[in-house]
Amino acid sequence: MEFFTISLLNGVSYGLLLFMLSSGLTLIFSMMGVLNFAHASFYMLGAYLAYSVSEWLGFWPALVLAPLLVGLLGAGFEKFCLRRVHKFGHVPELLITFGLSYILHELVQLVWGRSAVNYQIPPALHGPLFTLYGTQFPAYRGFMMLVAVLMLVAIWGLLTRTRIGLVIQAALTHPEMAESLGHNVPRVFMLVFGGGAALAGLAGVIGGNAFVTEPGMAATVGSVIFVVVVVGGMGSLAGAFLASLLIGCVQTFAVAIDSSLMGAAGALGWQVTPETFGYALWKLKISQVAPILPYLFLVLILIFRPKGLLGTREG
Amino acid sequence: MALALKHIVAGVCIACASIGWATAQTAAPTATAAGPLKGEVVKIAWLDPLSGLMAGVGQNQLKSFQFLAEYFNRKNPAGVTFEVIGVDNKLSPQETLNALKSVIDQGVRYVVQGNGSGAAAAIIDGVAKHNERNPGKEVLFVNYAAVDPDLTNSKCSYWHFRVDADTSMKMEALTSYMKDQPDIKKVYLINQNYAHGVQVSKFAKENLARKRPDIQIVGDDLHPLAQVRDFAPYIAKIKASGADTVITGNWGSDLSLLIRAANDAGLNNVKFYTYYGSVTGTPTALGAAAAGRVYQVAYSHYNMGGEIGAVMAEFKKKFNDDMYTGAVFHTYAMLSEGMARAKSTDPVKVAAVMEGMKFKSFNGELEMRKTDHQLQQPLYVSVWQKADAKYPYDPENSGYTFAPVKFYESYVASTPTSCQMKRPS
Repeated sequence: MEFFTISLLNGVSYGLLLFMLSSGLTLIFSMMGVLNFAHASFYMLGAYLAYSVSEWLGFWPALVLAPLLVGLLGAGFEKFCLRRVHKFGHVPELLITFGLSYILHELVQLVWGRSAVNYQIPPALHGPLFTLYGTQFPAYRGFMMLVAVLMLVAIWGLLTRTRIGLVIQAALTHPEMAESLGHNVPRVFMLVFGGGAALAGLAGVIGGNAFVTEPGMAATVGSVIFVVVVVGGMGSLAGAFLASLLIGCVQTFAVAIDSSLMGAAGALGWQVTPETFGYALWKLKISQVAPILPYLFLVLILIFRPKGLLGTREG
Repeated sequence: MALALKHIVAGVCIACASIGWATAQTAAPTATAAGPLKGEVVKIAWLDPLSGLMAGVGQNQLKSFQFLAEYFNRKNPAGVTFEVIGVDNKLSPQETLNALKSVIDQGVRYVVQGNGSGAAAAIIDGVAKHNERNPGKEVLFVNYAAVDPDLTNSKCSYWHFRVDADTSMKMEALTSYMKDQPDIKKVYLINQNYAHGVQVSKFAKENLARKRPDIQIVGDDLHPLAQVRDFAPYIAKIKASGADTVITGNWGSDLSLLIRAANDAGLNNVKFYTYYGSVTGTPTALGAAAAGRVYQVAYSHYNMGGEIGAVMAEFKKKFNDDMYTGAVFHTYAMLSEGMARAKSTDPVKVAAVMEGMKFKSFNGELEMRKTDHQLQQPLYVSVWQKADAKYPYDPENSGYTFAPVKFYESYVASTPTSCQMKRPS
């Protein structure tokens, strides 16, 4: 029970960070139909900018400034690059974001170097939040969860309860109609893309110092957030939320399970020995394959439920 | 045409940047030492990571190689001038082979590498093939930190010389120390899932079963190398297992993040026995919270004093960084001694002399064992504690240090080899 509770907390907090990361991606996809390959790069940029700003002004200003800067950059990219290739269809859009991810990766290495930067958790958030069964739960993880939940509520409120949200929804489904009613549709698109990028930047500010801020951070989360978006259902915010929590928990709990196929076969009365064909595969423990489980999940979802857990589109 | 050329140039530049060649650096020789080979330049190619999670470790070691090249260029028995060429191998065996090929094409005859036994095995293989096919252009490989015992056993090679102590030797010393700690009852093993980590786990189990059969192994985990960001799930598992001691061969970010997660979770009553507590980033992660409960086994520690102490102090003054890889010193001491005795910088002659050679380095008189080219050297077990007057060196300005608790002579840590060395006839 004790272990279960701690693992659940770890899993949920990791899952919420994944959600912060993937919400921007799924928003941009559902609203603009653009699969943004540079999304994880915005996450990385958020972490690096937060590092620089926090060196200069401290963590709290960085928490606000870094996502804003990343958002501005995203908006600028939409206005000057993405908008121009929009008329050529989806493949050029995809390719241009793909190119952007490489440019950002190299730029970050040129500016901040190839190794990790020393981006620290602010002193106010050091130490444990509470102690459960003798295990401390770090305050910073609690902060991470709080920010993610606030973010979810804010996005949902903005999209469904405000005038801007209504205009955005209208512009995305019926752009001509919204335009003839006097709304500036291209600006709405720019806003959505910038907003999505800012969300990734915010995740970077939070995730960068919780783990490590280094040039490889985009590549490592890049693949997982696509899994989240696909599993949750392309373009479904609630689906992304569910999938993030699910993947966070699956990864955390898988680490704890030491059973293997060999053990399962043994329970069924069939002894697997080192001479058995494919012994290396039989003796693999679930904890060892934990890192690849999300991708297994991705493949299974695509085969059995292509539209994702809560998706509405047919795959 | 001009436009096409411009495109090609731009393309090449982009390719270079993405492959990481842009990071190749050369240490300019300054003063020259006196000796029989005065004025001869020995190019040493360093193939280790300068990008990715382990870049911090690689950068520090490249700096150590460049810094000590300058040091030995002022004074070495052969009188040669060392020149270091650093190439990023991205911690990948495949990239390492590409890098090896390219530095051989540049005429380099000495190669050094240390991070990752996978990459080391690739070099051993690549060098053996090259030397067989290109007589007269042989290349020699000094391994300064890749510690998989297989490299001097089943995979042993005449052209490979290891100056670090291998996993089995360090585990021999570490378990000799643990044997005398009665409060150790339950041990948890957590290691990186590749050659080195698997070997640490294997030798820990073997040695403990032999020396302390009453100790229970309550966990044995392997996680991916340089991939895991969040170690909290592993810490929860260690806690749940009731372990009082953890043995880990983790290094770089894998150790820093593990210790950080342990500190965050308040895992205060568990001792960590490590191989690489002094590597870049780890001292900061250890901090005050780890005092008295993190041990390290190595061929040196921060407070060695003497010549290496002065070198480390100078390094710190120059770079505000810590020179923790003492095997770099071994490398130069061994090569220059070998060259002086061979009266040549030709790897064929130097290799023949270095086999079985005894030479002096900072931790005493060492022997490069002839049977398997594994350096025999004494080992230290040290503990993380507050820096004081006796042990003043504090890495990463942390205020703490590794203080020696036990010294083991070479013979204690020496392990047998199954190497059937094939020597060139």
